[in-house]
Amino acid sequence: MNENSVPVVSARKLGLTFETNDGPVHALSNVDLEVKRGDFVSFIGPSGCGKTTFLRVIADLERATAGEITVNGMTPEDARKSRSYGYVFQAPALYPWRTIEKNIALPLEIMGHSKAERQARIARTLDLVNLSGFGKKYPWQLSGGMQQRASIARALAFDADLLLMDEPFGALDEIVRDHLNEQLLKLWARTQKTICFVTHSIPEAVYLSTRIVVMSPRPGRVTDIIESTLPRERPLDIRETPEFLAIAHRVREGLRAGHSYEE
Amino acid sequence: MILFRRSWQGLVALALCFAALPFLPLLDPAAPAPFSTVTTALVLLLLAGCALLSLAALPQRLLAGILFFGVHLAAWLLLSGISGNEGMASASFFLLIAASWLLAWRCAGALSDIRSRSPLENSFMRLLIPGIFGLWILLLWETATRGAGIPFILLPPPSAIGVRIAGSLSILWADVEQTIFKAVVFGYVVGCISGLVTAILADRIAFLRRGLMPIGNLMSALPIVGVAPIMVMWFGFDWQSKAAVVIIMTFFPMLVNTVAGLSASGAMERDLMRSYASSDWQTLLKLRLPAAMPFIFNALKINSTLALIGAIVAEFFGTPIVGMGFRISTEIGRMNVDMVWAEIAVAALAGSVFYGVVALAERLTTFWHPSNR
Repeated sequence: MNENSVPVVSARKLGLTFETNDGPVHALSNVDLEVKRGDFVSFIGPSGCGKTTFLRVIADLERATAGEITVNGMTPEDARKSRSYGYVFQAPALYPWRTIEKNIALPLEIMGHSKAERQARIARTLDLVNLSGFGKKYPWQLSGGMQQRASIARALAFDADLLLMDEPFGALDEIVRDHLNEQLLKLWARTQKTICFVTHSIPEAVYLSTRIVVMSPRPGRVTDIIESTLPRERPLDIRETPEFLAIAHRVREGLRAGHSYEE
Repeated sequence: MILFRRSWQGLVALALCFAALPFLPLLDPAAPAPFSTVTTALVLLLLAGCALLSLAALPQRLLAGILFFGVHLAAWLLLSGISGNEGMASASFFLLIAASWLLAWRCAGALSDIRSRSPLENSFMRLLIPGIFGLWILLLWETATRGAGIPFILLPPPSAIGVRIAGSLSILWADVEQTIFKAVVFGYVVGCISGLVTAILADRIAFLRRGLMPIGNLMSALPIVGVAPIMVMWFGFDWQSKAAVVIIMTFFPMLVNTVAGLSASGAMERDLMRSYASSDWQTLLKLRLPAAMPFIFNALKINSTLALIGAIVAEFFGTPIVGMGFRISTEIGRMNVDMVWAEIAVAALAGSVFYGVVALAERLTTFWHPSNR
C-alpha cells in the first residue's frame, strides 16, 4: 500500500452528540466520508448542519461520540500531536502583541524550529499569500483581508499537508472574497495540499472545490457528495459557464432536499 | 471684523475690580507696612487692563501671553505686600485676588485653545496648563492662609512648607530611603511577584484554585491597622515589618487580577494553540500571560499606591527613629505641622513618580491593547 492510497481523512458512521441542559443535541450522525490526498473538499450547508463540528472533529478540537475517523491513518489526537494539519479559523485570531512575522513564527517556535529555519519559512509563506513587506506590521495595522491572509500564512508555515479552513472568508466583503478565492486556488495548485473548506456560499464552494459535501441539520448529516467536473485551472469567469451553473444548481437542490430552507 | 470676544471671566474680573474700589485700602489701616498708593494703583490698572484686553478680539497667543504676565505680576505684587501684615488683608485684597484668579483661568483657557503643529510647543502646553492650574491652587492657599491669618497649626501656607522642605532635605531623604527604598520597594516587588506566581499555580492546580482563592479573599479584608502592629511584633521595628505589611496589601490585587487575566484569552486563540499541540507551559507563556498583561499592569498600578499607604501607616506602630510614617506621627505630636505637610508633599510626589513609572512601562509593553494604540 503506497502512501498516496491512504485517505487523508476517513470517517465511517461518525456521530457526535452534545449533552446540553435541554437534552442531547445531535450535531453529527452517520457521516461517511473519504478525503483523498490533493482534494479540495468543501462542506456546505445551513448553520447547525455540523460542518464546522466535522472540521473540529478532524482537528481533534471535538471528540466524536460514535463511529470511527482517521486522519492520515491515525486517530485525530495522534494526528494533532504530530502536527499534521493547519487550521484557519473564521477570524484571523492573530496575536496583537506580535508582528505579522512573529505571528507566523508562533507555530514554528512551538514546534522547535531553529531561528534561521523560521526566517526562511516566514519569508516563503509571506510570499505565498502576497504579504511580503508587511512582516513588520502589527495585525491591527492591516485590513481584514490581509489579516486573514496572514492567518493562512501562519497555517502554512509548518508544512502540514492538510489545511482545514472554517469559513475563512465569511467576514469579508464579496470583492475581497473573490480575490482571496482566486489566490487560494493558486496556492493550492502550488503547494499540492489537501484542503477541507467550510463555507455557506454556493458559488464559493463550486468555484473552489474538487468535491462538494452538502450537509443538512438536525441531525447534522451528509445529504449529497458532488464530484466537480470543472478543470483544476479555474479563472474567475468560469463562474459564468453552464457547467459551473449546473453544479451550483445541484448543490442548491441538495440543500433543498435536506429541508434546510424550512423554518 | 469682530472686536469683542465673549468672556465671562473678563467681565466678572472687571466687575470685581470696581467692587474693590470702595473697600480700599488693600490692608487694614492698622497694618505696619501698608501698600503704597503707586502699588495699589498699579495692581488695579494691571487687572482692569487685563480684564478689558481679555474681552478684545486678540489672537489667542498674544492674549495668553499678555494675561500670563499681567495677571501674575499683579498677583505677585499683592502677595509680596502681605508679608509682615499677616491676617490684615481687607475685602478689596481678596476681591482683587479673585479677579486675578479669574483672569488666570481665562489665560489657561486661551492657552488650551491654541492648536499648534509643532510637537515641542504641544508638549510645552501640556506642562504649562496644569502648571498654571497647580500654581493657582498654591497661590489661593497662600493668600487665604496669610491674608486671613489662619493659624499655622490648622493650615500652614505653602511657602512655609516649601521653606521647611528646603531646610530639611537630609531628614526627608533619610525618611524616603527608609520607607520607600527599603520597605515599599521590597514589599512591592515581593508582594507582586508572589501574587503573580500564586495565580499561575492556582491556574494549574485545581485544589489551590478552590482552596486558596477564598483565603486570599480573606487576606484582602484584613484591616491594615490591625495587621501592622502584629507584623512589628513578628519582624521587629525596622523596615522588614513594614515590607511585610506591604506584601500583605499588594498580594491580593495581583492574585485576583492575574487570575482574571489568565482567562482573558479567547476560545479561538486557545484552540489555535491546541491545534499546534502546544504544551500547557507554551500556551501560558505565548498566549495567556501576554493576554493577561493589561490585567497585571492594572494590579501593578493599584499596588503602587497601596504599597506607599501601607508602609507609611505601618510605621505608626513602631519604627526606628526614621521613616515617613514615623516623622508624620512624631511631628504632629510636636505641633510641627509644616513638617507633616512636607512629608505629605514628598509622599505625594514619590507616589506620582512611582505610578508614572509603572504607567510608562505599561504603555511600552501593552502598546498593542486597544486602549493604548
